[in-house]
Amino acid sequence: MEGALTAVPGRALRGSRCSRCEVAVYPADPACPSCSGPSAPVSLSATGTVWTWTVQRYAPKSPPYAAPEDGFRPFVVGYVELPEGVRILAVLHGVRPEDVRIGMPVTITTGDGVPSARLADPAGVTT
Amino acid sequence: MRDVADTSAVDDVDDASDGYDPAAGDGGAADVLVCGVGITPFGRSQATGMQLAVEAVNEALADAGLPWSRVRAAFGGSDAAGNADTLVTRLGLTGVPFVNVRNGCATGGSALVSAVNAIRAGAADVALAVGFDKHPRGAFDPRPADWGLDEAYGSEGLMVTTQFFAMKIQRYMYDHGITPRTLALVAEKAYANGGRNPYAWRREPLDADEILASGMVNDPLTRYMFCSPGQGAVALVLCNREVARGLGGGTAPVALRAAVVRTRRFGSFEVFSPWAPGGTPTSVSTDAARAAFEETGIGPDDIDVCQLQDTESGAEVMHMAECGFCEHGEQERLIASGATAIGGALPVNTDGGCIANGEPIGASGLRQVHEIVQQLRGRAGERQVPGDPRTGFTHVYGAPGVSACTVLTR
Ligand SMILES: [Zn+2]
Repeated sequence: MEGALTAVPGRALRGSRCSRCEVAVYPADPACPSCSGPSAPVSLSATGTVWTWTVQRYAPKSPPYAAPEDGFRPFVVGYVELPEGVRILAVLHGVRPEDVRIGMPVTITTGDGVPSARLADPAGVTT
Repeated sequence: MRDVADTSAVDDVDDASDGYDPAAGDGGAADVLVCGVGITPFGRSQATGMQLAVEAVNEALADAGLPWSRVRAAFGGSDAAGNADTLVTRLGLTGVPFVNVRNGCATGGSALVSAVNAIRAGAADVALAVGFDKHPRGAFDPRPADWGLDEAYGSEGLMVTTQFFAMKIQRYMYDHGITPRTLALVAEKAYANGGRNPYAWRREPLDADEILASGMVNDPLTRYMFCSPGQGAVALVLCNREVARGLGGGTAPVALRAAVVRTRRFGSFEVFSPWAPGGTPTSVSTDAARAAFEETGIGPDDIDVCQLQDTESGAEVMHMAECGFCEHGEQERLIASGATAIGGALPVNTDGGCIANGEPIGASGLRQVHEIVQQLRGRAGERQVPGDPRTGFTHVYGAPGVSACTVLTR
């Protein structure tokens, strides 16, 4: 289930999956939210599709929001559906509001912040 | 709502409606009656939440023709305007048991369930449910830690409730063919109905084009499609049938046949979730509505007027189907045809809903019940549903996946 990208340290999303009902969750949770059974850590797929999205058109209240140093610009946020059957809340970077579509293929990674998605390469090779 | 299609979400209770006899008055919820209602204006004023609550309670008692000393059990709450039980210092120190309820968007509904149960159990023959609130402008500033989330969700701008509502309706529109114009028509109706409601906050009519052009907040939702945090109070006096018989008065009391609160099951899609499970989301609103209908033995097809949570336009659209009043996707045709307007086949949010009244969290659910009671009594004034409505339904939905529903008849 793990793609090539998930081997990159610190970049793949680390979730967990229940051995009984196969429910995958993010972030990892030792107990399955569906059946309360034990769940094991798992690296989630690095590619998925946009399940839903919106655009944050105005600057959220600060704090907690920390606007970029060059000022607020509207950004796209959405849920990315992964093959494991889990939808991940992510900021969609490099996607213009007028271009985002449900079903659009994206790659998803995580660093210090919330999960981050980018347009997948049209040829299917993740960037 | 006899003309509005079938009801897949709750079709398993439809057959039961054949046996419904409104005159029977026996068993279960039929024994709980709403004998008095009180409401304050929902627009902004200098009054405190507590002052509003006292005003609503006194109005409800006067409406019932009962003194405060006859109340044997009281339940109430607010989200941000104080403890309801301290109202006794202004209502009278009668020794009445007064339970505080703080249950988010289900505060009013939970207070009502408790009052209903007190009467059903025989613990009280007269019970009060009161909900009130007063929020500052631009309230609802959730902190990531309170939701078990990393601080990054706040610093990167994801602790914004309106994003969730937008993303839920965005997917729903994709799945079921709902257009932005339908969202605008829902808000247009809300302001039109608010204009007929002397207690509403937003009373200026706005047409669909103005609403669509009012500025995108979170796509596909524009500024005038949302409700705002506000203020207001509502009180309901409930009693058993014996007390009601002794009250006389000009209007027959309305029977509160079901009051149900449910929390979400696995698989639902909720605000501030870093993830959501795949598949078709489950709906706590469907669960609560179904339970309320099953308890009464009547179904959505039998309902003449209803109040559905409309935190924004999309919520009303989705809740029509989630509560069983139409098929998913049918809203596009129904709303355009005026089916949900006063005078339509299924009038929805006849008092203007949250969009025209604002959302004082503790008061919102009881406002809905207040409106249905007035509609069933024929006392809704300029916004009265024609045709002598006999049955009504209310529905609240809120974070983090809680719903409260009631069924009322006369
Ligand atoms: Zn499980």
